[in-house]
Amino acid sequence: MSPPVSRGFRHFRRPTEGEQNRVPPGQYVAQGFPVLSAGPTPHTPLPEWTFSIRRAGETLKSWTWDEFQALPAEDVTVDIHCVTRWTKLDTMWRGVPVETLLGEARHDAPYLMAFSDGGYTTNLPVQDVTGGQAWVAFGYDGQPLPAEHGGPARLLVPHLYFWKSAKWVRGLDLLDHNEPGFWENYGYHIYGDPWRQQRYAGD
Amino acid sequence: MVALDGNSIGGLLFEVFGTDLTAAQTICATCGAAAPVAETVVYLRAPGTVVRCRTCGSVLMVIAQIRGMSCVDLGGMAALDTGQGG
Amino acid sequence: MATAAVRGRLTWQTATVTSVVTETDAVRTIELDVPDWPGHLAGQHLDVRLTADDGYTAERSYSIATAPGEPVAITVERLDDGEVSPYLTEELRAGDQLELRGPIGRWFVWDTSDGGPLLLIAGGSGVVPLRAILRHRQRTGSDVPTCLLYSSRTIADVIYHSELDMYRDGAEVSYTLTRSQPPGWTGYSGRVDAALLAKIAWPASQHPLALVCGPTSFVEAVAGNLVALGYPAGRVKTERFGGT
Repeated sequence: MSPPVSRGFRHFRRPTEGEQNRVPPGQYVAQGFPVLSAGPTPHTPLPEWTFSIRRAGETLKSWTWDEFQALPAEDVTVDIHCVTRWTKLDTMWRGVPVETLLGEARHDAPYLMAFSDGGYTTNLPVQDVTGGQAWVAFGYDGQPLPAEHGGPARLLVPHLYFWKSAKWVRGLDLLDHNEPGFWENYGYHIYGDPWRQQRYAGD
Repeated sequence: MVALDGNSIGGLLFEVFGTDLTAAQTICATCGAAAPVAETVVYLRAPGTVVRCRTCGSVLMVIAQIRGMSCVDLGGMAALDTGQGG
Repeated sequence: MATAAVRGRLTWQTATVTSVVTETDAVRTIELDVPDWPGHLAGQHLDVRLTADDGYTAERSYSIATAPGEPVAITVERLDDGEVSPYLTEELRAGDQLELRGPIGRWFVWDTSDGGPLLLIAGGSGVVPLRAILRHRQRTGSDVPTCLLYSSRTIADVIYHSELDMYRDGAEVSYTLTRSQPPGWTGYSGRVDAALLAKIAWPASQHPLALVCGPTSFVEAVAGNLVALGYPAGRVKTERFGGT
């Protein structure tokens, strides 16, 4: 028996005709920017913040906040898609391309695990974070990235579901084999392509 | 993100376990702290539900609703005592 | 303990809205006719599920505003960026159907056998389950000494004001207004802090039971202060409310 329809209930709006090719299947368009987290907001003081590329327990390359800020950064406008079904169009970020960071580490690893303050992790193929597809973002909407949205810096990988865009990111562990991160371990899809609705393992 | 407490997942846990667990005692597998489920720290729609120990912050339980099923991982709990002798 | 995948049991039922009453500008009490309601305890809540015509669903929890034995009602505050509360407070009307499940909660409840003295501390819409407790105490003729301290932004935000003003006979209600006070205000002003609690709260030596409800930051500050006043942590029950 199907549940009763709630008369007059409108939610995040459906895409307009002009937006349809930008909104993946099953998604709705959000006006605001929902804050969703698996744990408390960390507050690492910038003088203690570092971003590291590691492999097999060894740090290949690391940047302090000042060193990171000295790297060439770019402004990008992208659409983002959360697995909880909201899509936000035309979000504006400033960040360092991940390939700039990986390029300093000289490696041939096919996969990585992004790790964050607070213990969150998420896995990605290296080929999905190079070629202009990913950034370590420290600015949102023309302002420093707020802590609740992942500041001082978060990963930004807009072509995959947004749980892959790890908040409070502190580095990348290079891997020889793909391994599930935090949500992937609990049943979310190992890759997470919103255009193929890869929300859960087995989709 | 404002954390809530275990009261907010009473309905979800009832649906999964068939009983109201808000007053059930949990023992954290990481630090050993005991607390009723109602007093745990809960993050909703994270995209899943993450339940953390109020004393040490470790994850006690994760509930992911996947294709109509509730997938529950209790690995962070050393014990969940419903007080019903089971 | 292991991982388990469990098919959820369906406990949702369909209720009919019998009335929507305006409490304050942003707050409505929704009275419900729930055909298979099993009864409830004061302090419990129920879950509401809305379904859009395209199948999209949203669920939220709301405290039951009425005492055991009274018709089931929930009191909902409209949050401007909320997904569900604007619908419940502005669109829903008598005759509409509402899917719900409940009652839920075995921790944040009070029955006369739990005794007292009872300290109830409410922040904003956190007053809802505490009002159910006061009504239950009243309906049962209980003489448990009870004190409600209710924090609101302004006088216009005080929910159930005239009803709360009528409590006597061992149930005392105090208000504090945090943002502005009307001319001639004789209640408290400012946040519920350690000093105000020291003034209002039953001494720990009387083995009181405290129930604290409201936004997370409010609840945590108040609970911490009560523990500092000597209340054992197990005698301070909390329920945190959050956004949307």
